[in-house]
Amino acid sequence: MTAGDVFGFAGMALVRHRRRSLLSILGVTVGVAAVVVLTALGEGARRYVVREFSALGTNLLIVLPGRNETTGFFPGAGGVPNDLTLDDVRALERGIPEARRIVPLAMGNETVSHGERRRQVAVLGSTPEFREIRQLRILAGRFLPASDLERGAPVAVLGAKVARELFPDQSPLGRVVRIGSWRMRVIGVLEGKGEHVGLDIDDMVVVPVASAMRIFDLSSLFRVMLEVRAFADLDAARQRVIEILAERHGEEDITCITQESVVAALSRILAALTLALAGIAAISLSVAGLGVMNLMLVSVSERTEEVGLLKALGASQSQVLAVFLAEAVLLALSGALLGLALGYALVQAFVALYPSFPAAPPVWAAAGVFALAVASGAVFGVLPARRATRLDPVAALSGR
Amino acid sequence: MIELVDLWRTYEVGGQPLHALRAVEARIPAGDYVAVMGPSGSGKSTLLNILGCLDRPTRGSYRLEGQEVATLSDEALSEVRRHKIGFVFQSFHLIGRLSAAENVALPMVLAGVAPAQRQQRASAALEAVGLAARAGHRPAALSGGESQRVAIARAVVMRPRILLADEPTGNLDSASGRQVMELLEGMNAEGLTLVVVTHDPNVGRRSNRVLLLRDGEIARIVAGRDLAPDLVAAPEPGAPAP
Repeated sequence: MTAGDVFGFAGMALVRHRRRSLLSILGVTVGVAAVVVLTALGEGARRYVVREFSALGTNLLIVLPGRNETTGFFPGAGGVPNDLTLDDVRALERGIPEARRIVPLAMGNETVSHGERRRQVAVLGSTPEFREIRQLRILAGRFLPASDLERGAPVAVLGAKVARELFPDQSPLGRVVRIGSWRMRVIGVLEGKGEHVGLDIDDMVVVPVASAMRIFDLSSLFRVMLEVRAFADLDAARQRVIEILAERHGEEDITCITQESVVAALSRILAALTLALAGIAAISLSVAGLGVMNLMLVSVSERTEEVGLLKALGASQSQVLAVFLAEAVLLALSGALLGLALGYALVQAFVALYPSFPAAPPVWAAAGVFALAVASGAVFGVLPARRATRLDPVAALSGR
Repeated sequence: MIELVDLWRTYEVGGQPLHALRAVEARIPAGDYVAVMGPSGSGKSTLLNILGCLDRPTRGSYRLEGQEVATLSDEALSEVRRHKIGFVFQSFHLIGRLSAAENVALPMVLAGVAPAQRQQRASAALEAVGLAARAGHRPAALSGGESQRVAIARAVVMRPRILLADEPTGNLDSASGRQVMELLEGMNAEGLTLVVVTHDPNVGRRSNRVLLLRDGEIARIVAGRDLAPDLVAAPEPGAPAP
């Protein structure tokens, strides 16, 4: 009996019980489609985040004060680190020729007011190059002027929302706002951009870095961002940053991470999430497997006589097993194929509705769920098929 | 040639041994025509199943053409069934979703005969039972007599040495029954060993020899033409199934 014969025989049995077979197939179809769609959404989320972060450039190094990577934002635990200062920034500018831009950041929250209108916002101190690194656009006026690092000019660039709230019916350009007790002249307004990976650019005021440090009475920078010219220089530059700052501070008390590692970490987290989604969806597949088993048990007990006949005609145990296993596998296989088709169609429809969300089932998920579905057909088919081989042909044939 | 020596078949029923066959001894030469008769529960079906290698004796020897088959493995037994034994059943046992020709080809599928040859041999076998014109029909479209003739074509398509028939006329009217018996006897005349299990004395009388079973034992062996109606006890109504 060739494989073609086995599947031909099994296929005819399925076609004979069309409606029953279709219901079992549908169970597998839904399970497979669920895995495809859910992993496509998970993968879409991962791609979306990676894309957004990568837009910042993967040539970025981020320097934080503090040694411990996890608590680096809040120095204090495990020794007091030295401040990350503007002098450090200057030392980096001198010592790292690979750097295209070095951008210091100082941050705080303060009330910004104009007349009776006031608003609590994030105030960010930086340099003109912050605009390039964050790829910000100017709606009106201009961005921070190029000037000496230490010279904190009393100027501010408003986020789109801040500008709208404080100056509802006039241009803010040239006006004076109060940031805490400091008076700053508005020189520009940023274009609305919305939430941008953790930083609400629209609800923010940008001032020169030295001004921010004065406003908040800071001795240390929040971060220093460093962009190298070529990705290949990234590791060497990172090493140099650590060396230079360790020498200046007398100990290694900063953390220097690459933007790439941040993206990679996020990507890993979201990939794990996708895997978890796949696992949850796969549960529905096991339910479908039980459906296949149920159908096969019915099929075997209904065809007791046929099993007896096959044995009388010279079918061996393994042939009877093969015929019924083939039936289960065919069920699962057609369910899996339909499920893949349905899943991909749903994902296509989703992408057509939300083109900005890059939903796509990862190949490992599609291939994996297909293999799993077919394998589950085989596994869940074993029990009924074994029952068929154990049938007593004598009793089976006499119908007694 | 079939040789049975001290053949026993014992079932466990409720912890008690039940002897379906006891110390059966028989020799059936090649080309013989034997009827097995006896009341319900006398062990006819058990004997037929052992002869057909669907069941193994609990004890004793069964030699089929010189080969001891009582101790063969399941795989080896299926091989014997494939090539040496043909079955015909009371209720035909045709597979409803397959055409007549496909039913006839089924033993060749199981035996791994090449597809081109299958078709040709199935047509020839159907022709031999006079049903070449019905090759494409499903069993539902065939009469009882036609169905049994398709089953006979299926039983002989692998050119077995022995044909075992279990009440082959039991579900047929007398005209169809006679036709079926003539077909089987024609094959016997060409050298096929024919063993028929039957309740019908008219069928028994046509055979060379009748093995009369009672309580699992061969009570008597008589020539077919000597079969007297009183020798065959009528089946007791409501007799327990074996």
